[in-house]
Amino acid sequence: MEIANALALFANFVLVPGTAYGAQLALGALGVTLIFGILRFANFSHGELMSFGTMAVILATWFLQGQGVDISPLPTALLALPAGILVAIAMSLATDRFVFRFYRQKRSNPIVFAIASVGVMFVYAGLVRIVIGPDDQSFADGARFIITAWEFEEMTGLDEGIAIKQSQVVTLVVAVAVMTALFWFLQKTRSGKAMRAYSDNEDLSLLSGINPDRVVMIAWIIAAALATIAGTLYGLDKTYKPFIFLQILLPIFAATILGGIGQPIGAILGGFVVAYSEVMVTYAYKKFLAYLGPADWAPDSLIQLLSTDYKFAVSFLILVAVLLIRPTGIIRGKVIG
Amino acid sequence: MIRRILVTIAAAIVATTAFAAEEVKIGMLQGFTGPTESLVAPMVVGGEIAIQEISDSGAFLGGKTLVSVRGDSTCIDAAAATAAAERLVTSENVVGILGATCSGATTAVLNSVVRPNGIVMISPSATSPALSTIEDDGYFFRTAPSDARQGQIIADILERRGIESAALTYTNNDYGKGLADSIQAAFEDKGGNVTAVAAHEDGKGDYSAEVGSLAAAGGDVLVVAGYLDQGGKGMIQASLDTGAFDKFILPDGMVGDSLTGHFGDAIDGSIGTNPGTDSPGAEMLIEVGMKNDFDKGGAPYVPELYDAAALLLFAMQSAGTTDSAVYKDHVIKVANAPGEKIFPGELAKGLKILAEGGEVDYVGAGAVELVGSGEAAGAFRETVIKGGKWETVMYH
Repeated sequence: MEIANALALFANFVLVPGTAYGAQLALGALGVTLIFGILRFANFSHGELMSFGTMAVILATWFLQGQGVDISPLPTALLALPAGILVAIAMSLATDRFVFRFYRQKRSNPIVFAIASVGVMFVYAGLVRIVIGPDDQSFADGARFIITAWEFEEMTGLDEGIAIKQSQVVTLVVAVAVMTALFWFLQKTRSGKAMRAYSDNEDLSLLSGINPDRVVMIAWIIAAALATIAGTLYGLDKTYKPFIFLQILLPIFAATILGGIGQPIGAILGGFVVAYSEVMVTYAYKKFLAYLGPADWAPDSLIQLLSTDYKFAVSFLILVAVLLIRPTGIIRGKVIG
Repeated sequence: MIRRILVTIAAAIVATTAFAAEEVKIGMLQGFTGPTESLVAPMVVGGEIAIQEISDSGAFLGGKTLVSVRGDSTCIDAAAATAAAERLVTSENVVGILGATCSGATTAVLNSVVRPNGIVMISPSATSPALSTIEDDGYFFRTAPSDARQGQIIADILERRGIESAALTYTNNDYGKGLADSIQAAFEDKGGNVTAVAAHEDGKGDYSAEVGSLAAAGGDVLVVAGYLDQGGKGMIQASLDTGAFDKFILPDGMVGDSLTGHFGDAIDGSIGTNPGTDSPGAEMLIEVGMKNDFDKGGAPYVPELYDAAALLLFAMQSAGTTDSAVYKDHVIKVANAPGEKIFPGELAKGLKILAEGGEVDYVGAGAVELVGSGEAAGAFRETVIKGGKWETVMYH
């Protein structure tokens, strides 16, 4: 019983939130890694592209809610997602046409692209703040919980409950569906194969008649869709606030580099590793250990490796460790530089 | 022609000087420029209404008239505040100072001007706990409560409700840290157990890690010393989502309708505290303001400055002199019981009672009660959330 309590506690505070967060990071990292694979630069504007797409989803959600459309218990935002994705795709294609294509034709150094993407990031951030403002926006509706901590305790008779939010389940289901579709596209379709060939060796793929403009366009379309989905799921699960998309860029890049740059499977792995590390390193294990130890025994301190203030430092630590020990990432990817 | 103008001017100067000699000058040392400028503009009007009311009554120290002399204490520039206070005391010869606005400027003026010159100063708005224990030779008072007061009020509430352990989280700035420290100290003094203290940063998307570490420490309630539209809300959301806490203690930064609007009855039973009083004085000041074409009688710190001015002048009336060294001992006497209760707009009545040797208990707009070394006890309202609405329980 005590062991069951300890596991329930761990699941409630580490496993469940970590899994949902990991799926959100993985979707974000997939977009970054895809752009790196095809266009060969670190796209810093990806975080704000997430924000921009999510903003479009929120506006569409409000419109649908205003029209009385309701798919409860599911959140209305899922219905608004396609509209948001289209807006984000239009935005990223326009950005490519007016910013990145110029540098591509000049065959600029990747660092020039990266810096240009920082500029794009600021433009997106400004646009978002002009349209929807800098404040919190809540757009989640439908049922909040699949099962609350209290209901779980009633059901199992344990002292510790596991709360599972609907947004966490939605996140996981959508993420798995999107990832499956992406891998099917990359492995089985002609365009997907062309993209992989282009990523693998640009010159050879051009010789075999692959149209580079088309590959680049598809890459942006997929990246924008992934960004919008990741941002919307994060917003549904936590909150939508324009400021957080600069913060979330760091764990996303850590996940990308950890998994191996340009490697979609690596991005997913990296997302989960970073998410679990963040949650586990900052979790206080006092109560967990108290359940496992003898009766009436509890450590005095909180048994916390790192204060929650340093949550974002975990991403930094992972980044530094990866770059020192295995610069190619878990799955051998490209090395930045 | 020129000579005639000069003569007129000279005559005017002589006349003004002669007239001015009859006047008693009060230093209005406030942060007219800097971060508090919008706050100070209505405050000063409120204070000067009190000065005018007493001056017009004709009952002040046998009919002396009063004039307010302004000086700019800024908020953050201690050197500017000291220079302004020095000017008021040495070249304007004020008999008492109303100020300064911010705690930092107040401390600087207290150390470099008030104590060396031996002049009474009453601040309407400096709330730093450090000013409670600073050495002031008995010359410094304030009509705003120390930030530490709320910590004691919250500890009292927890004790009265039989809550023995609490986890504590605060927004990571001076306000949050100071409030959290005072709550922890007061609660532990009463034998309560603070299981864990953790800061939270405002403006983040996710607070589940912070709540997770607090939940590991346990506690009957979670005290959230933060802001209701910022991280404080996020902490409550994450607590409810994980089932870690369902009852919250909410200091002033968290009390607002947007919190109950967002969470509804999910946080029923949570307790809030914020400055507030059921004394009729606040309403009366608004009426007094209206009579003087001033519609901001209820603005922040306007009641406090009105009260500060009234207290300063009542103390002089009670002592029968404008000598700071003498009337400083009368400030607490006129502020507290026993005596006739005096509300805004009744200052003339209070002056008459004092002139006849009677006693007054100045209540004013902010239910003034000076405690400790001469600072307002502060009036706080205790609320509880019932059915998703704030309901007033009592006043402290």
